[in-house]
Amino acid sequence: MKTVTEVLKEIRPEFDFAASKDFIADGMLDSFDVLTLVATLDKIFGISIQGVDIVPENFKNLETIGALLRKNGVQP
Amino acid sequence: MNFSFRRKRISGILAVVPAQERFFIEEMKNFNFPETRSLKLKEVMGFDKHRLVEPGVCVSDLAVFGFEHLFNKGLLRPDDLDALILVTQSPDHFIPPTSNIIQGRLKLKPDTFCLDINQGCSGFVIGLIQAFLLLEQESVRKVAVVNADVLSRKTSPKDRNSFPLIGDAASIAIVERDAEASIIHANLKMDGTRNEILMIPAGGFRLPSTPETAVLNDVGDNNLRARDHLRMDGSAVFNFVQVEVPPLIEALLSQASVPMNAVDYFFCHQPNRFMLQKLADKMQIPYAKMPSNVVENFGNSSGVTIPTVITFNMKERLLKEKLKVCLAGFGVGLTWCAMLLDLGFFDFNNIIEYK
Repeated sequence: MKTVTEVLKEIRPEFDFAASKDFIADGMLDSFDVLTLVATLDKIFGISIQGVDIVPENFKNLETIGALLRKNGVQP
Repeated sequence: MNFSFRRKRISGILAVVPAQERFFIEEMKNFNFPETRSLKLKEVMGFDKHRLVEPGVCVSDLAVFGFEHLFNKGLLRPDDLDALILVTQSPDHFIPPTSNIIQGRLKLKPDTFCLDINQGCSGFVIGLIQAFLLLEQESVRKVAVVNADVLSRKTSPKDRNSFPLIGDAASIAIVERDAEASIIHANLKMDGTRNEILMIPAGGFRLPSTPETAVLNDVGDNNLRARDHLRMDGSAVFNFVQVEVPPLIEALLSQASVPMNAVDYFFCHQPNRFMLQKLADKMQIPYAKMPSNVVENFGNSSGVTIPTVITFNMKERLLKEKLKVCLAGFGVGLTWCAMLLDLGFFDFNNIIEYK
């Protein structure tokens, strides 16, 4: 199964996500990239991340994305 | 605000879409993005093709074309119309009302009550509420609710956040009295403090259009847009819909004492497939009961999307049977609303192409 970092790399291969603390502020993910990320995570982990949780704060970095996945019963 | 209406029904719906299809795959080159990212977006959002008017085509052109179709086919008689409600955000002119222009072009009787309403994605439900209120009058027996917009003319072709999803269209719903109709429930909410989330900043009296307001600016995410163009804060709209719409629909069903599983279909405004599927997940509604296929076939045409999703998915069924449906609109204003009613045994239910 793909890791979150691998999914991020597929969406924006030009960036090093491990080196950033805030993907949104650093311009690495725009609003449509976030939707692409959610759709991909839903698909590979068999979950449906709630619409109310699709806010920039939850996609700032690997830690916040990991917390969101754990909320949905997934151990990233 | 809650509403209930008795002895009213929709007797037919006609949608009018521009004949020419435009394809996302061909328009991708206008956006300043790598092709792979645009293709991923196509998959997630359901972008495929949309219908846009040719330059110069206005709301009254689409509406008059639709009415003439109904008159010529014998589906509606001009003298039977007592009121014409037009819901649009893209009027032919500031003055006069476009509903009067339509009345004049069709030579409808002087006793026709004409009214323009400036509303968008909630416009079909708001138009119906207004029509039902008018039908309380003895003198009003038949009302045409016209939803129409040509907002592609105010959308930047270099704005990937807006242009791929936009669509132009019109619809005509005929509303009349029916002594045997079930009670209709509706719920409507507005929040003008968030009015800037969806806006065309320039072109009105606050900020008239000038050569400066027509200049394309880099507005982030590699999108180019002028102040004359439609501006949409996609993230804010998405969050607004996910937070506000589920409790509104739940309250409506509770008000009507109708359980969720007794509703045959949820015909929602059509912003994009992803947003609607998240809404369906939240309310535990099967995707088949909440169709989300209008953006990928026609584009998002504001208040026309609910009539379009009805005619596109239920063309034959609504001529022969009756279904309990929930309509839900949400968007510009901000405005969000829902209506629970029976639909069926229509006199007509069709989509035609404007040429």
